[in-house]
Amino acid sequence: MTRDKAAVERQSLDVDIACVGFGPAMGGFLATLSSALSDPARQGKLTSRVMPGMPLQVVCYERADDIGFGVSGVVTRGRSIKKTFPDLDLSQIPMAHPVKHEKVFYLLDPLGASRRSWILKSADAVLRTAGRILPWFRDDAFELPYIPPFMAKHDGFILSIGQFNQWVGSQLMASGTVQIWPGMPVREPIVEDGKVLGIRLVDQGTDRAGRPDAGFMPGMDIRSPLTVVGDGPVGPVGRRLDEIFGLPEGGHQRDWAVGMKMVVELPEDTPLEAGTVFHTFGFPEPEIFGFLYVYPNRIASAGIFVPSWFESPVRTSYRYLQHWMQHPRLWKYLKGAVMRSWGAKSLQESGRRGEPHLAGNGYARIGEGSGSTNVLTGSGVDEAWATGSQLAEAVIDLWGKDKPCTKENLEEAYVRRRRASWVDQESRVAEKSRDGFQWGFVPGLMGMGLAGMTNGFLHLGKEPCRPSDHIPSLEDYFKGKISPEEIRQIREEAVRKRTPLFEALMDKAGWPKIQYDGKLLMSHQDALLAGGKVQAPAGYADHVAFVYPNLCEQCGTKVCIELCSAQAITMGEDGGVPAFDREKCVHCGACLWNCAKEREGDPERGNIEFGAGAGGLHSAEN
Amino acid sequence: MSGEFHIVVCGSLVPDPLQTLEPVQGPTGPALKNEMMLPSVLDPWAAHALYEAANLAKKTPGSKVWLVSLGPKAKLQQLMMTIAQKAPFELVVADGSASGFTDATETASALAETIAKIQGLDRSKLLLFGGCSSASRDAGVTVQMVGEQLGITDQFLAVDELTVQPDGSFKILERVEGGKYQVSRCAGAPAALAWATGNLPEPPNNPQVGMANMRGIMPALQKAQAAKVGLGTITYDGVEVPKQRRDTRIVKDASVDEIAKEIVEWMKNG
Repeated sequence: MTRDKAAVERQSLDVDIACVGFGPAMGGFLATLSSALSDPARQGKLTSRVMPGMPLQVVCYERADDIGFGVSGVVTRGRSIKKTFPDLDLSQIPMAHPVKHEKVFYLLDPLGASRRSWILKSADAVLRTAGRILPWFRDDAFELPYIPPFMAKHDGFILSIGQFNQWVGSQLMASGTVQIWPGMPVREPIVEDGKVLGIRLVDQGTDRAGRPDAGFMPGMDIRSPLTVVGDGPVGPVGRRLDEIFGLPEGGHQRDWAVGMKMVVELPEDTPLEAGTVFHTFGFPEPEIFGFLYVYPNRIASAGIFVPSWFESPVRTSYRYLQHWMQHPRLWKYLKGAVMRSWGAKSLQESGRRGEPHLAGNGYARIGEGSGSTNVLTGSGVDEAWATGSQLAEAVIDLWGKDKPCTKENLEEAYVRRRRASWVDQESRVAEKSRDGFQWGFVPGLMGMGLAGMTNGFLHLGKEPCRPSDHIPSLEDYFKGKISPEEIRQIREEAVRKRTPLFEALMDKAGWPKIQYDGKLLMSHQDALLAGGKVQAPAGYADHVAFVYPNLCEQCGTKVCIELCSAQAITMGEDGGVPAFDREKCVHCGACLWNCAKEREGDPERGNIEFGAGAGGLHSAEN
Repeated sequence: MSGEFHIVVCGSLVPDPLQTLEPVQGPTGPALKNEMMLPSVLDPWAAHALYEAANLAKKTPGSKVWLVSLGPKAKLQQLMMTIAQKAPFELVVADGSASGFTDATETASALAETIAKIQGLDRSKLLLFGGCSSASRDAGVTVQMVGEQLGITDQFLAVDELTVQPDGSFKILERVEGGKYQVSRCAGAPAALAWATGNLPEPPNNPQVGMANMRGIMPALQKAQAAKVGLGTITYDGVEVPKQRRDTRIVKDASVDEIAKEIVEWMKNG
């Protein structure tokens, strides 16, 4: 089952294991497998089923133009990574460092522009008063005197995912046992009679609509007895499998966030030491969490998370990131810093609830796209690595016993292993830990604390609703702050100039304009170019499409435009269907879960199709 | 004469052109800050030479392409993940610096020495390709010097097209002043061609080509010998990043002329 409209003759290649996506999960899978393939005691049983007499043929296809072009924050306890690399020497990996100092700050709002409940405003007033004598209150922020154990990463380390992926990739390639091919997006799985037979790569040399153009090369079919899907939370192969096979009963993927970050060079006189970790919440809006991790040589990672339960029709990330950086508690360290890199990605925060079928006939799922991220501990990289490693152990088992990769065999060898592991146990604790945020920010925090302290036994809140249900109208959201008439004028101007609405609306709501310094604070487009180095090669189809144009034409709250991390989705003509510029897209996938409309016939999905595409970020420091 | 060619392309990695580069002082002289962290691409000039070589080899049965790369082994390994999918070649590696602060003479010597040791290379069929500006900070001398050291006297610079005539001779277009071409003729191999951009588009990524190339790439990296480059034989009076000013404006539906006019005004107003 593939989606070719007309018969296209495609070349085909046979391998033993076709892998989709190279991130921490695939790193775990390939590192564990490669170790066995390099071990004389074990390699004898790991022979190719498609090329008799040869070793296992394992090939990984990664969408991005380089394996180092990923995005993540990354502070991790690294339990599974350390198990794979027991002699791990962080000094060999650029931008890696053990955690030395960890702090959590509640940031109050020095501007008075954020939307805070009366409970929070009261708490802020008490803190400001008590803060005159409390040792933990300064620069309009309250430092938590105690970090809950479920959040603490004192025994862990900080990483740049780009540098870590590069390091892992070079170890793997040097072993000569597996191959990794970047710049090779995978369009979809090849499924026949309920069985995954392999993957299909994207067509190259097409126009924007996907029609053959100069230099047309149909995407090759890679056929394999096992397809390992580790293409992340918004990967098209994983999501296509979810469409075909559905999610397990009761499962849904409704909780998301977009993480946007910069890598900066701190001022020369910075007092922050390498290994410093700050977590923040409370500002610029209570729902937005933030982080600052300090690497060696005055390099730091600074970013925020904008979640799907932040009920704003103009939720956006870049401007909020700039306001967050300028909070007095952070600005004392960030003023004078210089941006080196920038990026954004979606996080699938449904955890266990969002778990797809982990294995089927001919395929297995690993990593964040398989629901491994733990939103209670705020940890995903090590969990993803662990799932990859678990699958590799299963494959070694199955191959050693000459067993086929059927659903039953993979469930027995992989899923059972995963269920018995700490990843699964901790995901059960985290399962309902964030439900409180469905009621509001304060219940959300209370719910997290309750779940964390009782190992998930107690929790607050309700089942998350669909992302589209979290989006009120502009008039409702700004009631009392901006009149409907002003909103109408702003909307008309935005349609005429084809700009998003959030700038004008945030200005009106009391957020001060950002004063650019050209080094840290700069326009969004400058961050894209100078920081993310975003570009895309010609000859590929648009990978974002608006499925039913009439839904877009009816939509009065085009959140997709407001939250697009790269301003790749912009106001269309006459305010109708938005326009998409693939050369600016950073493939964060935020558009997938920021649609105010439910798709006809499938209310769990919005009106935006997010497919496989080439290009995006070209920075290896995120 | 059977008519096939042995095409040796000299090409190595450079930082991805989108990266922010900064010079620092290293133990042997200037170096690039965080060089090992920077993502790299095949030097675009050399890349054009490689695609032209692959195209010529495809049209001339029996021909073979080698890619001779002087660069740090670990970085070259990563580079091969993308380049190996583009065109069929056999990789030959000289392990040395590719920071851009190396002398063109010592680079040329290292390359010539490496090429001279290639097993099975028939000098009578040899076409030496490379980027015209490569490894010389745009002085355009490196391919010439490699050619000289290999005894190749027929040399062509800033080439955009090579056509093999029915009698086996070459017709070569070389860029000259005023946007024109000089049409050169050459009896045949051996010859050295330092390429400009050529006329071919970048080939798509081809997994079958990648897998075929990969069989030779890992052994080539493992066999790489150290090259004597970047060891402080030249000194620099000063190194600095050119001054730049950035001003980004996104426009829609503006004509090329309108945009050009605005850029000229911006430049004049300095």
